Formats: sequence, structure tokens, C-alpha cells
Amino acid sequence: MNRWKFLCALALLLPGCKKDEAQPAPNGTVSSALSATAPAKEKVTISLSCGSVGKDFEMCKAGGDAWAKKTGNEVKYASTPTSSSEALALYQQLLAAGATDIDVFQIDVVWPGILGDFFIDLKPYTKGAEKEHFPAIIANNTRKGRLVAMPLSTDAGILYYRKDLLDKYHESVPDTWEQLTATAKKIQDAERKAGSADLWGYVFQGKAYEGLSCNAIEWVKSYDGGTIVDDSGKVTINNPGAKKALETAASWIGAISPKGALSYTEEESRGVFQSGKAVFMRNWPYAWALSQGNDSPIKGKVGVGPLPKGGENGHHTGALGGWQLGVSKFSKHPEVAADLVVFLTSMEEQKRHAIDASKLPTIVSLYKDPDVTKANPFFADVVATFNDAAARPSTPTGGKYNQVSSEFFNAVHATLAGEKPAEASLKSLDDKLKALGHDGAW
Amino acid sequence: MAGASRLSRRRTRAAWVFLAPMLVLLSLVALWPLARTIFYGFTDANLLHMQDAEGVGFANYLSHEGGRWRGVLADPLWWQSVANTLEFAVISVTIETVLGFVIALVLHTSFRLRGLVRAAVLVPWAIPTVVSAKMWSWMLNDQFGLVNSVLLRLGIIAQPYAWMVDADLAMKAVIAVDVWKTTPFMALLILAALQMLPTECYEAARIDGIHPVHVFFRVTLPLVRPALMVAVIFRFMDALRVFDLIYVLTSNSEQTMTMSVYARQHLVEFQEVGYGSAAATLLFMVVAACVGLYLTIGRVRLQAGEEA
Repeated sequence: MNRWKFLCALALLLPGCKKDEAQPAPNGTVSSALSATAPAKEKVTISLSCGSVGKDFEMCKAGGDAWAKKTGNEVKYASTPTSSSEALALYQQLLAAGATDIDVFQIDVVWPGILGDFFIDLKPYTKGAEKEHFPAIIANNTRKGRLVAMPLSTDAGILYYRKDLLDKYHESVPDTWEQLTATAKKIQDAERKAGSADLWGYVFQGKAYEGLSCNAIEWVKSYDGGTIVDDSGKVTINNPGAKKALETAASWIGAISPKGALSYTEEESRGVFQSGKAVFMRNWPYAWALSQGNDSPIKGKVGVGPLPKGGENGHHTGALGGWQLGVSKFSKHPEVAADLVVFLTSMEEQKRHAIDASKLPTIVSLYKDPDVTKANPFFADVVATFNDAAARPSTPTGGKYNQVSSEFFNAVHATLAGEKPAEASLKSLDDKLKALGHDGAW
Repeated sequence: MAGASRLSRRRTRAAWVFLAPMLVLLSLVALWPLARTIFYGFTDANLLHMQDAEGVGFANYLSHEGGRWRGVLADPLWWQSVANTLEFAVISVTIETVLGFVIALVLHTSFRLRGLVRAAVLVPWAIPTVVSAKMWSWMLNDQFGLVNSVLLRLGIIAQPYAWMVDADLAMKAVIAVDVWKTTPFMALLILAALQMLPTECYEAARIDGIHPVHVFFRVTLPLVRPALMVAVIFRFMDALRVFDLIYVLTSNSEQTMTMSVYARQHLVEFQEVGYGSAAATLLFMVVAACVGLYLTIGRVRLQAGEEA
């Protein structure tokens, strides 16, 4: 019957939407290598994964191009999702399948425990360069005695504020979350009355993803509530400091933060702040260079400082982030790829990232470099908070960190969205984490 | 007689020969992965160390250990995602069927540029889901989204909604996007069925002066029913497996998490291939049960209709 033919034809059409993932043939590479004037070594193509938040991709490409020019090799670039949770999922799929598509992976500071086994030991290639970097980061990147990744930049959560608006209302930079709440409310209400109907007091990263874990661990630690799981593997999250922290954050939603902040990642919150629609923002240092760009409506009106304390007796803290480069053990040219990693994590490259993209260097001496401090006057303040930085518990929880983080940000998200009070949220989170970690054994 | 039976035997053999390539292909691309998934559901396989997998019996489904119930069946989030999936599937397919029928009836009448309109209706269905979902997530953005901006200007809402965050709104928004996307599919299938209908019944009805609404319920609907059943089951199975739309719009949010999103989160993000495979196997069983139920109820009604 015609009807059935028609249905079958439709059914056959369905897979037609499939994505075409054809790779460009490497013919061009081969021919251009042959035409080069007597190359000493064969030209090698290395594919490098770059971040895509803010200026990440262009900075990464400039670095790779410089190396390609210096060594005569070729670099291909792969752009990763802006949400780090999705980037990790993508990497896991690629690496678990033994894919050779990417040689050099850019990985988050909390991933060496999850992905470390897929990366080669870089020690034979670095010639001791790792000694110039922060020892804590090198320790974080060393798994089972192998240096699985070299640090590219570090990160810490910081507070951005509108200097012009604080001056206008004779307010000082808030020292505690309570002051931030009050100041944000005051300026937001006054500005809205004056006609800026869409101005908000505070924006942050509230989507249920890794970024919310960073934000929330800062709130919790600033109220002396620990870091979810302590170094011995004990689950510590159900405590009065954490409860106070979550209650404070939940009180912002709808009051000084848009409800939509519960779906923001870094770039969405920067979008709101940089278009002049927020008084305060929590973000990473990369947003500084962008806010000072010529196309930024708030150029020259922005100040940066450490995140507020949790009450008078709390701490200034910032979540410890940062990116590393590792070489896949499935790479066809591991030595060449390792050379690229050493180049990209070198002093000159880190200095360029610090000046052009306000990325925090991991090489200690760069914090005394006058060019770097001139471009980023706030670096000194940020380094001061490093001692009290909130490190996500990726070391004690190992391969299960991702699950811990997921349970944590979902619990926090439920409280922020008003679905579950802080106390109930923390109680059930505590139960789940204890079950997950087999009561501390992990 | 003997000749006829030899002929029929030869025909049967020919049928098997023709079917064989497809059966081989199907077992390679469908049965083998399914069998692997079911197999892994009984192991503690980890995405990063697949070769070290060991059998654990039914522990991924349900086990009692250290005073706690563990396993997919003991996870409240799994049951929530089952409920979410059923809610999504039933509501979206119902709306799509009704709307699709209306659109099909309109397109069935002849008017100028009908061909063009028919093609235009298909556009949402032709766009890859990831693209249309991303498009909608921008349009539904709380600060810069088109939807909020239009509603605000028309005075329908007083302040912008955060469509993808609000527990009450997220599922509605996701269903709305799915309806936008798949109604054309339903409309097209129903339209195909409408065009096969014999014109004699309609002529007789017109001569007898039957009201058009009666004609629809007494003539059109019963005649279209078999094709409609097929269309609904296509969509219903699709909706039960929904992943891309939900994931792009609300990622792993628990309010809209479906069974596929749950299984993928464990398989990939948590590296628990064993646990995730158990969830995927359950997903398969839920879909099979739903389809079985639907077919049984559909057939019972059909027979009752024939007797009357």
C-alpha cells in the first residue's frame, strides 16, 4: 500500500540528520612538507585542544602558531565546550575510545585524578622546568609519581565591582557577604528608580555544573564550612557554616540576583556584567582583560578584589582553578607533542597570557614581573588569597570527584531555586556522599 | 497441490534470502550493542578501565550493602527521571497529535500555494535537534532572549521569566519546544493517511447532509486510525528516549532529567559503565513495556470497534 511506502520512506529519512564528521584528508600536509626545502625532520601535525571561554581560543592559537613557526611543524586546533563539565565528558569519550584525534589536551585542575592514566609522563621532556611553578599545582598534577600535565595558568574566584556606582552611592568595596548583599540591594533599588530597570546587584555562575561547585565551595569555605570532603576523605559538608552560606546565597535569588543566574555559566554572567547590567560579579581573572577592552561599555569603571568573607569572623577565599596541558598516550608523536606543551607552559607564553588575557601565571617569579603587575594591578591581592584558597576535593575523592561535585552542585542548585531548604539539602547531600564514599574509604 | 506447496516453499526460501542481509545488519548494529549493554549491566565496568570489569550480579540494579540500599532501583533520581520521561512523552505526544491533526486537515483542503505551505510546515522538523534546541535556548534566555522581550513589550508578563531554571517552567518550556519541532512530523503522517481515504464516503455524507463534525468523528477518524496509531507509536518511542533536546536546553538538571540523560550521566560523566548500562537496560525495558501496553490497549479497542 502507498501509505506504507510513504511511512517507510519517512523512516529511512530520519537518520539523514546525522552529523557528518568527515575529517579533512591529510594530503595537504604531506605535499607541503615535501615541498619545503630539505627539511631536517619530517613535518608533524599536532592537534591541540583549546578552551573557548573569553579570549582562550585566540590566545591558544597564537601560542600554537608561534611554536609551529619555530619548529616547522603544524598545529591543528580543537575548540572545546565552554562548560567545563561538558568538556570533561567529551574528553572521557575520546580517551576511553583510544582516539588519536587530539594529541595535547587542556585539562582542568580537578581532572588529573580522573584522566591521569591516559596521559604520558612529561618529566623526561621538561628538563626540570616544573620546579619554577607553584609546588602545590605540580603536586596536584603528579599522579603515581608521573607528571601527567604541565600547568598553563592558575585561577581563583574574584569579585568584580563597578567602581563608578560604588563612588556614586558613597559605598566601599564590601568586606563580607552581608555587606555585599546590602550594598547591592541599595544600588540596585536606587538605579532602578532612576530608570535602569534591568540592573541587578550581583551575578555569579549558578547553573547546575562544575562552576556552581566553585562558587558554592567559596561561600561555604568563607563561612568556615570546610571543603565538602576533608583531606582524609571524611565528608564534612553538613555543618552550621555551610548552612549559613547556602541560606545567604539563596536569599540573593530574585532579590539582588536574577533568577536566570541559576542557568549562567562564566560567559553568561560576564555578558550581564560587561553590558553594564550588574553591580557585582563573581568570576575568574580572565574577565578583567575583556572588561578593559576597547569594545567594553564598562571600560575603566571596574574594580577587582578578593571575594567577601562569610561574616565578620569568616575568610576571604577563592576557588582554586586553572588549566594544565597533558599529552595523550594515544598520540602518534608524543615527543613532539610534549615539546609543544613545554613551549606553551614556558615563561614567555605565561607572561603573554598574563598581559593579554589576565591569566594568572603558575610560574612564581612572574608575579614580580613589572609588565605583568602593570597590566593586572589586582594580581598581588589574588596571590594573597592563595594561602586560603578553596581547593575542590579532587585529591581525596580521586576518580569519584565528578560524582561528588555533581551531587554538591545539584544540592546547592535545589536550595538556590527554593525547592529544598539549606538544612534538608545538606542532610541528604551528606547521606549521599557517605554512601558514595563508603564512609570515607572512597 | 504438490506443485503449489513447492512454489510456496520456494517463495519462503527466497524471502529468507532477501531478508538475510538486513537481519545480519540489524543484529550487528542493534542486537549486538543491546546485548553488550545488558551484559555490562551485570559488571562493575569503569569507562577508564574497561578491561578490569568483573561480574557483580544484580548489584547495579539493587543491593543491600553497609546498611544502605544501592543500585539504580534504589535511586530516587532514577524514579524521578522515569516520571519526568513519562510526563514529557505523554503530554508532548498528545499535544503534537491534536495539533498535527488540525494542521493535516487544513493542508488536506486544496488552496493556492498548498505545495509551498506543505514544504514550509516541515522546516522545524528538518532542522537538526541540537541546532533548534540551541536556537530556542537563546530565544528563551532570561536577559537577552527574544521570548521574554516580546512578552514584556506586549505587557503579558511583568518581569522576565527564567524559563530553563524555574521548576514549574522548565518542563513546560521543554515540551513547548518539542511540540514546535515534531508537530510537522505528525501532521505529515496524518496528511499522508488522509490522502489515501476513499472519496465515496464523503460524497455519501454530503448527499445525506451530515454535519462536518459528525463526518470527522464517524468517517475520518475511524478510517485514519490505523495510520494514526503507527504515527503515535513512532513519536511515543522517540519521546521516551528523548535526550538531545533536554540535554541542550537544561543539561543535567534534575527537574527535567529523562532516563536517557540519567543513563548517559552515569555512563560518561561518572565513568560507571556498569551502573549506566543497568540504567540503559531498564530504559529499554520501560520503553518495551510502554509499547507493549499501548499495542495491547490499541488492539482491544480496535476489536471492540469492529464488533459494534
